Amino acid sequence: MVVELGHYALILALMLAAAQAFFGLAGPALKRERWLAVVPSAACGQFVFVALAVGVLVHAFVNNDFSVRYVAETSNSVLPLFYRVTALWGAHEGSMLLWILVLSLWTMALVANMRHLPPSFAARALGVLGIISCCFLLFTLATSNPFVRLIPAAPDGNDLNPVLQDPAFAVHPPILYMGYVGFSVSFALACAAMIEGRRDQLWAHWMRPWTVMAWAFLACGIALGSWWAYYELGWGGFWFWDPVENASFMPWLVGTALIHSLAVTDKRGLFKSWTLLLAVTAFSLSLLGTFLVRSGVLVSVHSFAADPSRGIFILVLLVLMIGGALGLYAWRAPLMKSAAGFDFLSRESFLLFNNILLTIAAAVVFGGTLAPLIADTLGLGTLSVGPPYFNPSFLVPILPMLSLVALGMHARWRRGRLGEARRPLLLALGVSLVLALALSLGVYGHPFKLTPVGATVGFWIILSALIDPVDRLRRRLSLPASVAGMSIAHIGLGIFVLGITFVQSNTIERDIALKPGESAPVGAYRFRYDGGQDIVGPNYEGFRGKVSITRNGEPVSVLYPEKRRYWVQGTVQTTAAIAPAFNRDLLAALGEDVGAGAWSLRLQYRPLIRFVWVGALIMAIGGVTAVVGRRQRGLVASGVALPLATTAPGGIREQGGAP
Amino acid sequence: MTPRRRRLFWVLGILAGVSIAGGLALRAFQQNVMFYFDPSRIAAGEVKPGQRFRLGGMVEQGSLQRTPGSLEVRFVVTDFKHNVSVRYANVLPDLFREGAGVVAHGRLDASGTFVADEVLAKHDEKYMPPEVARSLRQNTASSTPAQPGKTAAAAAAAATSGGAR
Repeated sequence: MVVELGHYALILALMLAAAQAFFGLAGPALKRERWLAVVPSAACGQFVFVALAVGVLVHAFVNNDFSVRYVAETSNSVLPLFYRVTALWGAHEGSMLLWILVLSLWTMALVANMRHLPPSFAARALGVLGIISCCFLLFTLATSNPFVRLIPAAPDGNDLNPVLQDPAFAVHPPILYMGYVGFSVSFALACAAMIEGRRDQLWAHWMRPWTVMAWAFLACGIALGSWWAYYELGWGGFWFWDPVENASFMPWLVGTALIHSLAVTDKRGLFKSWTLLLAVTAFSLSLLGTFLVRSGVLVSVHSFAADPSRGIFILVLLVLMIGGALGLYAWRAPLMKSAAGFDFLSRESFLLFNNILLTIAAAVVFGGTLAPLIADTLGLGTLSVGPPYFNPSFLVPILPMLSLVALGMHARWRRGRLGEARRPLLLALGVSLVLALALSLGVYGHPFKLTPVGATVGFWIILSALIDPVDRLRRRLSLPASVAGMSIAHIGLGIFVLGITFVQSNTIERDIALKPGESAPVGAYRFRYDGGQDIVGPNYEGFRGKVSITRNGEPVSVLYPEKRRYWVQGTVQTTAAIAPAFNRDLLAALGEDVGAGAWSLRLQYRPLIRFVWVGALIMAIGGVTAVVGRRQRGLVASGVALPLATTAPGGIREQGGAP
Repeated sequence: MTPRRRRLFWVLGILAGVSIAGGLALRAFQQNVMFYFDPSRIAAGEVKPGQRFRLGGMVEQGSLQRTPGSLEVRFVVTDFKHNVSVRYANVLPDLFREGAGVVAHGRLDASGTFVADEVLAKHDEKYMPPEVARSLRQNTASSTPAQPGKTAAAAAAAATSGGAR
């Protein structure tokens, strides 16, 4: 009975989403004031019913209601309570529900902040969000309803995939979705601006905090996923260019471009139509990502069950939404002309370079991800595209982009001069070069040609991001949140670049068979296998090995990698053991019993791998700092009389005193 | 410079950048893309000598041989019409087992043995790589061997249900 209430709540949510879409779009068009008032109420009601539906499903999971097919497929009575709750998004149907919940959360956030927007503009944006919500509710109810009953009820469930029985799984999908789906708000605001045919650039000002928040969530979500794959799957890497990883990475790249082009549009009124196109593209790529993951058209670790009807349904939605938005764009973009000019070495130029290069990078990833699909459709054979394509091709646009970051941060608006920033920038470049050479040749050794280049770029970004804060501190000036946010985000980027550079250049991996007492060198470390014992867990049994690590005879760490066999599905699961430190990770994973008393072991040394995730996290913190600071100064979308110089990251020069 | 010429300069610059990036990406793509072959297509001589490719099929029951105390393994990949023996010297993935689908990356050596440098089974045990499922389905549709055909059909059916996140 409770389950049917959840089903019913979802249907009511669909009705309210339809109302939200209709009144939100028709109200302003027909100039009916009263219709506008319905829109936020419909959005709130929709949120309540979606939350109710989610609550009902959680209730079914917690109480082991195996008469619900979805619960029977993804949970089990011996599963610990915590994982019974997170099993909610353990498969297709529940993840769609999570998608809808996250969308209605963002919608609520927009409702809570809509007093800063003109009523008709807010209504239109909410109307667009209503359309998206409608589509996804319809999709869920029609093809992937999590409330479908199983008659007769299963005696017990099929268990959650062991890979997903991990604390990181509790946070990775919700945060990733907060990012993915968050671009829907930017999309909705862009559509509202296009429908109204606004000639001003206020919409860009309104769109900025939403975009930055979604981008920050997406960065966290991707980093979490990468970290989780690293320690849980024991493949020993942090990025595999897997189609689903790419699906979340492409919107992030375009989102990064969008943040930067929004800065130009907001401050200078340039790039208006390009910014709109990016906003549409970022969300379209999020939708495409959903399509790729959910339809099972691409081979991936993340592929859920392939059900052709779902794939076609999502494809139709995709074509309608993206096609609609692009049609709107084609119709309205010519209105958005901007006349101002700028010099070749002005900040506008650098942000334009940033946008072009990031877009090319996203296109490179896009091509590689979709090539197998396209080749297959055209009957050119089954092919796969892997790191040998992605790594070099991605570097072609990204390395120049990264090299320009330091200069771009300090370039002036309009005028093509670096001014007083020139000396500290050159000094920073010199110091970076020395540090990079010392680290790549002195500390790590055996570098590739690109190792010192990557390290120099990483250090240069960090040091030049520090120039402004240090300068302000010395002159006892306050540090606006926008400047602090930009500096923090770029420092994060620099740390990230350093991490990637060294982990790619100096990782050591060895697969080896060892008998108890035997050892193997991995770089400067020596791994000794000390045998192992059988173990029993709450819902699995297995074998735990012991690996002692020494460096120059000194003990460093003892690792206990495990091989588990989960009872319900009979799945074998490797649990790698990792000795982390800020400057390196040591990893040991069990392969299998290879006979003669020996086990095969996977042993790895990865320098600076933590920098990759910490860097991504710091980038996100930078974004949030800028948004929260802006809010606290009461400037978020405060409407018409906006002082131009006070808000944007990079609004430093106008305020900080020209020479 | 007039605004018009400046704009021309910008457009040309961007076009040049985009086409260089595009050209390089295309080159990397052509050199690094890997094609998929099943044992029947290998038997038909479709693989160029020395070409690195993806091999897919079922691991034949009872074919797994291990050199005790070392990582070296040998097994046979079959599509129920033709077989290819595979040599591999790294840690096998968790889901590798006899009678299950597998995809391996590597090259054929002079004797026709597939030397794998990577064996993939990044999915749960119900799941078959779609390309393997498809080639098995094709092979069982064209000929109907009694016992293995059943296995393959079941495997192909299994490929359409279940999956891993």
